[in-house]
Amino acid sequence: MSDHEYTPSSKFGKWFNDRLPLLTLANHLTDYPTPKNLNYWWTFGGILTFCLITQIVTGLVLAMHYIAHADMAFSSVEHIMRDVNYGWLLRYVHANGASMFFLAVYIHIFRSLFYGSYKSPREIIWILGIIIYLLMMAAAFMGYVLPWGQMSFWGATVITNLFSAIPLVGESITTWLWGGYSVDNPTLTRFFTLHYLIPFLILGLVVLHIWALHVPGNNNPVGIDIKKPSKDTVPFHPYIVIKDAFALLMFCIVFALFVFYQPNILGHADNYIEADPLVTPAHIVPEWYLLPFYAILRSVPDKLMGVVAMLSAILILAALPWLDTSKVRSAVFRPLFRQFYWILVADVLILGYVGAMPAEGLYLLIARVATAYYFAHFLIILPVLGWKEKTTPLPMSITEPVLGGSPNLAAARSDEKIEKTIK
Amino acid sequence: MSDQKDEKKTNRRDFLFTATAAAGVVGVGAAVWPLVDQMNPDASVKALASTEVDVSSMQPGQSLTVLWRGKPVFIKRRTDDEIKKARAVDINDLKHPEKDEDRAKNPEWLVMLGICTHLGCVPLTDKGDYDGWFCPCHGSHYDTSGRIRKGPAPTNMEIPKYEFVNTNTIKIG
Repeated sequence: MSDHEYTPSSKFGKWFNDRLPLLTLANHLTDYPTPKNLNYWWTFGGILTFCLITQIVTGLVLAMHYIAHADMAFSSVEHIMRDVNYGWLLRYVHANGASMFFLAVYIHIFRSLFYGSYKSPREIIWILGIIIYLLMMAAAFMGYVLPWGQMSFWGATVITNLFSAIPLVGESITTWLWGGYSVDNPTLTRFFTLHYLIPFLILGLVVLHIWALHVPGNNNPVGIDIKKPSKDTVPFHPYIVIKDAFALLMFCIVFALFVFYQPNILGHADNYIEADPLVTPAHIVPEWYLLPFYAILRSVPDKLMGVVAMLSAILILAALPWLDTSKVRSAVFRPLFRQFYWILVADVLILGYVGAMPAEGLYLLIARVATAYYFAHFLIILPVLGWKEKTTPLPMSITEPVLGGSPNLAAARSDEKIEKTIK
Repeated sequence: MSDQKDEKKTNRRDFLFTATAAAGVVGVGAAVWPLVDQMNPDASVKALASTEVDVSSMQPGQSLTVLWRGKPVFIKRRTDDEIKKARAVDINDLKHPEKDEDRAKNPEWLVMLGICTHLGCVPLTDKGDYDGWFCPCHGSHYDTSGRIRKGPAPTNMEIPKYEFVNTNTIKIG
C-alpha cells in the first residue's frame, strides 16, 4: 500500500493515534485510491456489508422474542408476527433479508467471474469470499429451521441426512448432529446457537476480505494493473462512497418491495404448518438460492456421489484462480470467454429452475446435462481457453480508452509492462 | 547454530520438545472431547428406547404409523396378495438383496422404520410403481416388503428390533 505518512492535526488526536492508530486507519479508508472506472457492479460489496449488518441487527432483536424449543418455537414465531410491536416487520426484513443477501452475493460473485477479479494477485480475497459464501449457506439453512414449520423440519432432515452418505461414520455423524435419532429439540437448540454465532464469524472474515482487498487494491472493468494513486484513481471518499450510497438506495427499494408487498413470495406455504415428524410435505424444495446445488444433488443417481457432486460444485470455485489459465482478467478483452461466461450464467439459471421441479423425466435429463456442463466449464473450457483464445489488445491505462487514447495500438502494445500482462 | 547443523543426531532438546507437544495434544484432546460428545444423544433421549403398540384392531391391508425415538415406524398388516408379491421377487434382481422371509418373520406383519434411506423423508404408503411405498422427496419406489426397487435410495427400509409381546401387542426397540 502506498499510504503517505498521516499525522492527526489535533494534539489529542496525535496522542491517541500514537497509542492506537485508528485515525491512520480512518485516513487510509478515506483516501484509499480506487480505480475511477468502477461501474455499478462494483457497488455490491458495500451492499453486502449492509445486508450483513441488517441481518445481525434484526436477528438480535428477533432473538429477544423467539423461543428455541420444539414445543414453543412455532408459536413464538407467530407471537412475533401478531403480538410483538413491529414484530412482523422485523421478521419479514430478516427473512427477506436472507434472500436479498444471496441475491447480492450472486451478483458480486458473477461480477468477479466476468472481470477476472479472482486472478493473481487476488486469490486470497476470492477464497475468503468462498468461505464467507459457505458460512452464509450454513447460516441461512439453520435460520430456516428455527420457525419449526414443516419445511424447516424436513429441510433439516434432508440436509443433515446428506452426512449419512459418508461411508462408515456417516450414521454416527448424523446422530451426533441431531443429538438424538431424528431431528428434534436438541437439534433445534444447537441450530439456534450456531445460527447466532455464524454471522459474527462472517463479520470477522469480511474484515479479512477487505483487508486482503486493500493490499493490491480493486480490480476494475478493464482488468489491468494501475498505478496508485495516479490519474487512473480517485479517493474512496467522496467518489465511491456516494456511488455506493446511491446503489444501496436502489437496492433498498427492491428490498422494500419484497418486505412490504410480497413478504412471503420467496417462502413456502408449508412452513406455516407446524413441524410433524410423521408427515413429509409432498414437494420438498430448498430456498431459491440453494436450488442450483439441489439440482446437482438430485441429478446423480447414487447417494454418496450426489453429495460429492454437490459439494464439489461449490468447492471447485476455490480452485478457480488456478483453473482459469488466461492472464487477461477482464472478459471485455476475451471474446470467446465472454460467450462461455453467458452460457454458464444460463446454465446456473437452468439448474436453479430444474431444482425447483420434480426430479423426473425431461427435468432430470436437463439437470444432468446442465450439471455436466457446469463442471465442464471449470475443468475443461476455462483451462483450454487460457491458451487457445486470442484476446483483444489491452489499453495501457484506464484513461487511455476514455480520452481516445493512443491511436497507434501497436506502439502501445510494445510497452514492456503491457506485453507482460498479455502474455 | 553452526555446531547444531554439524550434529544431526537427535538430542535431549528434541526429545523434550516432542514429549511436551505429545502431552499437549493429549491434554487438548481430553479437554475438547466433552465439548464434542455433549452433542451426542443424552441420557433422556436414550431412555425412550422402546414403545409398545396395540395392533388388535388392525385389519389386513391396513397400516399404522407410530413414533419411536422420534422416528416414524410403519406397521403394516399385509394382505395375501401383498405377501405373495413380496415373496415372488427374485432377490438377485434387487439393489439391496434381502429375502422377504428375513424381513417379516411373521409374513402378515411388516414392521419397519418409515424413513427413506436416501435422505430421511417419510415415504407414502400404498403408492409407487411396486404398490409398496413411494418417497415424494426424490422419487424412491419401495415394494410391499419395503425393499428399494427404483430411485436414489441405496438400501431397503430398515427393520428395527421388535417382538410380539402377545398376539395383540408389538414391542419396538
